[in-house]
Amino acid sequence: MTRQLLKGNVAMAEAAIRAGVEAYFGYPITPQSELLEWMAKRMPEEGRAFLQAESEVAAINMVYGAACTGARVMTSTSGPGISLMAEGISYIAGTEVPAVIVDVMRGGPGLGNIAPSQGDYRQVIHGAGHGDFFPLVLAPASVQEAVDLIGEAFDLAEKYRTIVFVVADGSIGQMMEPVSLPEPRPPRRERPDWAVGGAEGRPARRLTSLYLKPEVEEEVNLRLVQRWQAMEANEIRYREYYLDDAEYVVLGFGTAGRVALSAVRAARAEGIKVGLFRPVSLRPFPTEAIRDLAARSKAFLVVEMNGGQMLDDVQAAAQGQVPVRFYGRMGGMVPFPDEVLAEIHALVSEPPTPAEAPRARWLAQMVS
Amino acid sequence: MQTEILIAGFGGQGVLFAGQVLAYAAMDAGHEVTWFPSYGPEMRGGTANCTVIIADEEIGSPLVAHPQVLMALNAPSLDKFEPQVQPEGLVVANASLLNRGVTRTDVKAIALKASHIAEALGDRRLANMVMLGAMMPRFPMLTMEQIKTALKGHLPARKHHLLEANYRALDAGAAAAQA
Repeated sequence: MTRQLLKGNVAMAEAAIRAGVEAYFGYPITPQSELLEWMAKRMPEEGRAFLQAESEVAAINMVYGAACTGARVMTSTSGPGISLMAEGISYIAGTEVPAVIVDVMRGGPGLGNIAPSQGDYRQVIHGAGHGDFFPLVLAPASVQEAVDLIGEAFDLAEKYRTIVFVVADGSIGQMMEPVSLPEPRPPRRERPDWAVGGAEGRPARRLTSLYLKPEVEEEVNLRLVQRWQAMEANEIRYREYYLDDAEYVVLGFGTAGRVALSAVRAARAEGIKVGLFRPVSLRPFPTEAIRDLAARSKAFLVVEMNGGQMLDDVQAAAQGQVPVRFYGRMGGMVPFPDEVLAEIHALVSEPPTPAEAPRARWLAQMVS
Repeated sequence: MQTEILIAGFGGQGVLFAGQVLAYAAMDAGHEVTWFPSYGPEMRGGTANCTVIIADEEIGSPLVAHPQVLMALNAPSLDKFEPQVQPEGLVVANASLLNRGVTRTDVKAIALKASHIAEALGDRRLANMVMLGAMMPRFPMLTMEQIKTALKGHLPARKHHLLEANYRALDAGAAAAQA
């Protein structure tokens, strides 16, 4: 297939169009604005809905409304926008309607900056909003993977009537790489049997997130947990590199994962038996695969562009079977492979002890 | 095999575009390629840079601490990035805007008056293509022909009247580098 050189944001937008997205609502924010701009140009060409809302709060509620009609719908933003959308996200989850949300993460908290970051990990794995719900969270590490995951995200959202987050960071949004785009799929004509759109000739349907009777709300809650269990059983995704004979394992997602890949290759060239495990689904998290790795390796090194948010999940998965170390850059800083390679060297020369506290050790190193 | 090229200069010098031309040529030649821009406020008039990584396997880090090649289009870029170039690497410097030469002795240095050459060709804005052309004789992964084909293939048709001038700039850069 012919490859095109596309910026991550543009590629994700075009992938959504080819996946048959029918409506996009959003508000500009760097480093994802090119996604919205591409939608502004292309959606009218396709005869579909594009609307730049007056704020992220409005945009997510437009997504909510469109989702209730059974339309394929999405929005995209960065961390500050996700914070504003939190209420609407929770309503979408409580109403059990599907939606796709792209978060191109930037430095924070607060206004922060526009440089690449992975600081929204904890925010998105809990869906940002209040209450008990479980969004699916997918994290690409390249422009092609972003295209592929966007294509899947809509199907997954509809299959489980859930929110699917695609979390990239500023570097994936801004970089250009060759991609093979999928063949366009036409928007669906049929509507799901829960969608609203006029009840003429059929019993009325009601979509709401308001359940005043606790026993009724609990039924909804349990249904959400059941769906989550199905997602955990079916939707774990990860990539493995050089793990067959690995004694040491580096773990990182998204951009941190691909930076680590360069370091792992350099270490391999020196004869160090190290591999990379890159989670692609952050929720559901590949807990069992990591547990199995922990049972057969000497040490873990978690690399992130945050203060160790996935670290906690890796430690929980490892269940103390293997000592864990951490290396992170924050504030919009992207680690160079040399930094990760130095950590791999240290893993071999000064192996971590089971009692070692990974975050404390890393912090001492960073602020010394 | 992996090669990294860092292109840096003032905003408006066509730094990002020069990197894109390289990236298109690499893609068309069947390589893996990542083009990574500085995308902050520097886009609006300060210094701009981009990193292009060309490889024959899945590309890891989109940024490297020590690129093999530096194209420095102005003085601040040379000051900032010259120390970072890999030993045995290549530095192509735009002598039109420099008050010093390349000081590193462990890299191959090509200094050419790219802005002057571009001006002589009729448009100062061609300096980016002069610089790219100057790199090509020392760049084993791609040929000048592939660069020209990429320009033609990916420049929108409404800009094709500029192709000849860009080709001349590329050739003039290569000639100056080999002089």
